[in-house]
Amino acid sequence: MPHPPTSAFRATKMLHTARGPQRLDIDFQWQQGRLLAIYGPSGAGKTTLLRILAGLTPADTGLIEVEGETWLDTVRRIHLPTRHRSIGFVFQDFALFPNLTVRQQLEFALPNPKEKAIVAELLSLMELNELQHLRPGLLSGGQQQRVALARAIARGPRLLLLDEPLSALDDDMRNKLQDYILMAHHHYHLTTLLVTHHLPEVIRLADEAILLENGKITAHGEPADLFAGRTMTITISPGNPSAKNP
Amino acid sequence: MIDWQPLWLSLRLAGTTALLLLVIAVPLAYWLAYGRGRWMIAVEAIVSLPMVLPPTVLGFYLLLAFSPSNAFGRFLDHYLDIRLVFTFPGLVVGSLIYSLPFMVNPIVSGFRGLSLHLREASRTLGKSDRTTLIHILLPNIRSSLITGAVLAFAHTLGEFGMVVMIGGGIPGQTRVASIAIYDEVQSINYSLANRYAIILLGLSFFILLLVYFVNHHFTNPKTLP
Repeated sequence: MPHPPTSAFRATKMLHTARGPQRLDIDFQWQQGRLLAIYGPSGAGKTTLLRILAGLTPADTGLIEVEGETWLDTVRRIHLPTRHRSIGFVFQDFALFPNLTVRQQLEFALPNPKEKAIVAELLSLMELNELQHLRPGLLSGGQQQRVALARAIARGPRLLLLDEPLSALDDDMRNKLQDYILMAHHHYHLTTLLVTHHLPEVIRLADEAILLENGKITAHGEPADLFAGRTMTITISPGNPSAKNP
Repeated sequence: MIDWQPLWLSLRLAGTTALLLLVIAVPLAYWLAYGRGRWMIAVEAIVSLPMVLPPTVLGFYLLLAFSPSNAFGRFLDHYLDIRLVFTFPGLVVGSLIYSLPFMVNPIVSGFRGLSLHLREASRTLGKSDRTTLIHILLPNIRSSLITGAVLAFAHTLGEFGMVVMIGGGIPGQTRVASIAIYDEVQSINYSLANRYAIILLGLSFFILLLVYFVNHHFTNPKTLP
């Protein structure tokens, strides 16, 4: 059986963090169809990595190849604009458009406005049918997260990028929405990169995980192997009780 | 008997200016809000200059620029057959410059008040900047657009120093309501001056009422459409 296509990310960038300058230097690969978690403490560079991949933040140097297509090559001066990269991106604050109803958000995301079949399917899959005519301002955090996820999938992306999409939700809601992410990942045969600092989320959702610390990858493998034999030092803040040592 | 011509001329000038400014101000405000050029601050200062500049100063320089005895005016006259001094089109051009900040600044504030993630989210959905502007950004700054348009309209309605300099107060062509009031006072015809003034006062109050109503409507979540 042939191996699924491999994608590669290599980038460097100087970051100016609250703790002073920090160099992001990341190099990793992933295979199509996997759910890859990018895990690490706040300020490690997780979101920047995802934003470079999406083309929202420029890298100082880098090479990004996704399933045979070059998205970034600083040597050859290739920089595919964000809108031409086949991605779905779920932001931490969901970034729903205040002027559009739930259904309109999904319809706006369609590459071909006439092909609306996936909108009905997503509304049904994400249990959004009853909310489809409401605007985001009237939705709860969990409902907004489902809309953001559905909208990101509506355009049929190669890569689904999730930037701590569950961080603003309580534990019950978080568990429920993890099911939606898993369901969408499998149902649409997506390749998903999930940024999180919530370890149980990594263990539950990810096929493989990357541990990012101080802008560098310090471990990469299957979550069970990666975190079972490793002692990590992660600062635990009062609002982040989940980031405990395994 | 009141002559309605100056009032009609004022409304026509204000309406034309507000409509044209909407077209000009949106791309300019977009560039000022999201651009990164070295000259951004200088351009922003130039756009806002008419807010602090005495209208007669602006009118004086425009009079010089539009005059056929100077290079720019001569160019317009000879090559494009356009004469801006003492004409209604000249008043429109002057008003566009004079009222520009009243339209641009609210729109810039509107753009800057939106989350940057909205633009980014639209890009990740494969949409161009133009599609994002039309379908996402502009609908979410409706109150800024309406405020800008209404303020530009009202500001143009109240112009005096600039229009008297480049318009000259020619009846039926450039004699707008504010000039008519001045002329009637000069003729010691206070009764007629008062009628023009009352109408402008009522109109200005109604316009401001509209601005506050619109802002209240769009900032109150309960009344979101």
